[in-house]
Amino acid sequence: MRALGPVLVVLLALLALWYAAVPVMNVQETLTRAERAGAVIEPASAVERRDMASIGLALRNAGQLGEAWSLERPRLPAPHQIAAEIWASTWDEEVNGRRGIVQSGSFSNRSLVYHAGITLTATAAGFAIGAVLGILLAVGIVHSRVLDLSLMPWAIVSQTIPIVALAPMIIVVLYSVGVQGLLPKAIISAYLSFFPVVVGMVKGLRAPDAMQLDQMRTWNASSAQVFWKLRLPASVPYLFASMKIAVAASLVGAIVGELPVQQGGLGARMLAGSYYGQTAQIWAALFAAAALAALLVWFVGWLERRTLRAMGGPA
Amino acid sequence: MALPHIMERSAVTEARPDRSPAGSAPVISATDLDLTFRTNDGPVHALKGVNLAIGKGEFVSFIGPSGCGKTTFLRCVAGLEHPTGGTLTVNGMSPDEARRARAYGYVFQAAGLYPWRTIGGNIRLPLEIMGFPKAEQAERTRRVLELVDLAGFEKKYPWQLSGGMQQRASIARALAFDADILLMDEPFGALDEIVRDRLNEELLRLWDRTGKTIGFVTHSIPEAVYLSTKIVVMSPRPGRITDVIDSPLPRERPLDIRDSRAFIEIAHRVREGLRAGMVDD
Repeated sequence: MRALGPVLVVLLALLALWYAAVPVMNVQETLTRAERAGAVIEPASAVERRDMASIGLALRNAGQLGEAWSLERPRLPAPHQIAAEIWASTWDEEVNGRRGIVQSGSFSNRSLVYHAGITLTATAAGFAIGAVLGILLAVGIVHSRVLDLSLMPWAIVSQTIPIVALAPMIIVVLYSVGVQGLLPKAIISAYLSFFPVVVGMVKGLRAPDAMQLDQMRTWNASSAQVFWKLRLPASVPYLFASMKIAVAASLVGAIVGELPVQQGGLGARMLAGSYYGQTAQIWAALFAAAALAALLVWFVGWLERRTLRAMGGPA
Repeated sequence: MALPHIMERSAVTEARPDRSPAGSAPVISATDLDLTFRTNDGPVHALKGVNLAIGKGEFVSFIGPSGCGKTTFLRCVAGLEHPTGGTLTVNGMSPDEARRARAYGYVFQAAGLYPWRTIGGNIRLPLEIMGFPKAEQAERTRRVLELVDLAGFEKKYPWQLSGGMQQRASIARALAFDADILLMDEPFGALDEIVRDRLNEELLRLWDRTGKTIGFVTHSIPEAVYLSTKIVVMSPRPGRITDVIDSPLPRERPLDIRDSRAFIEIAHRVREGLRAGMVDD
């Protein structure tokens, strides 16, 4: 509870910064509207204003910026506008809308709940594929020097290619062999999430020290026994640390995968918002994605606490 | 206290053909043992010309400064290092064969208990690996926990125990499968003097009750003299034996035996041996 103060201060500072940025970012549109309403703007020529710096323009017409926080299609929407958009596209749409769950029995395709659900499905599928793949690769890399030398460089190279460049190609290639729908998005998501799992899991499987391995030798343990009884349990804390990173990466992958596909999801929603100049819609989708990410990381953390407690950690 | 499993193992050992009729053939025997590590700074002679015979039921301490090869020798006996010259037999077998036959229990300096297993689970670990049936695992775990005075701690996790208790648990783990040799590499090195005294006393009692052959590496002269029937004094560069002292102390040793004349004399001889080893430097 003692941490609440600082947390609130940071939150308020961010909000204050945001509100201060809104009139500067939206100065052109705001002044044009004020001029139409009969106000005198400095300088008077719209052409001249177009080439001026936003801050200077805002300072010279400080009295005319009242509408900047309530524009219909702002360049930068104010936080309360985004909050209103989130409310309208979640609760309001589902409860009161004609296509909402209350009246139609299924989530409305204009609601963030519906799109977040699509993204969540792709993220979960991608994370599952990525985590399993990452663990298997790590097991191979730890047990075979050949695999270590031949796989690890590719795993590293794979992460140097921008996913936005690669995503459309993955979708095109998979489409041409008849794979579409959830799987291509899940694969892009897995592409981002397997890597932290590989790195963390390799480190974890190699965590047992020389003494612990010697001890196993004195008992004449097989390498399978060393794996199941020592390496795997020792790697669990490392696995969860890397899975927290991986689940967030999975979400990014799923959203990127939704951009070229355009069959729903938060990514599709963001792109649609940018096509139609609906910045509030983009921001609302962004916040929904951030909330989803927080939820996923929290879930992995909860799983971690439960698992470590079951493994005898201090409660 | 009846220990049927030890009896069985001992019977097998005694039936080995290479044992002399008198039953005095050494359990561990080293002849002209050499071990040279190749490093970037040239060869390091960890062991050179080591000759030693350890009889059944002896308590042998290895003492000497760092780098004298006392731990290396113990690791050779355990088959964790491989000598580059000479011969070494354990129960009449090569160290690797003896390791595969699970002829010894090894206690390391750190207890090395798995934090995700209970004390009972940690003691069961070697038994699981060796494929003992479930019921026997439970029975043996219960018995060795009693032996090291940890009955009632079976369900606790290692972090809930003190350092001394953890080390006792690790000794119990090494005893659980009834190997007749116990190799201990500075098992009490990380513990404070008071706990160490107590564990020394307990170890002697345990040795008396089980009749095991014990190889014990230590830095401490009083510890070596108090525990051992035979003290092996070693010195470094190259690692070698400078003195082997057969202790005249009785098997029954109360803690205050350390104030006796005999004890002080042996300690003196150990110190002399250690000093002689340093003259070369």
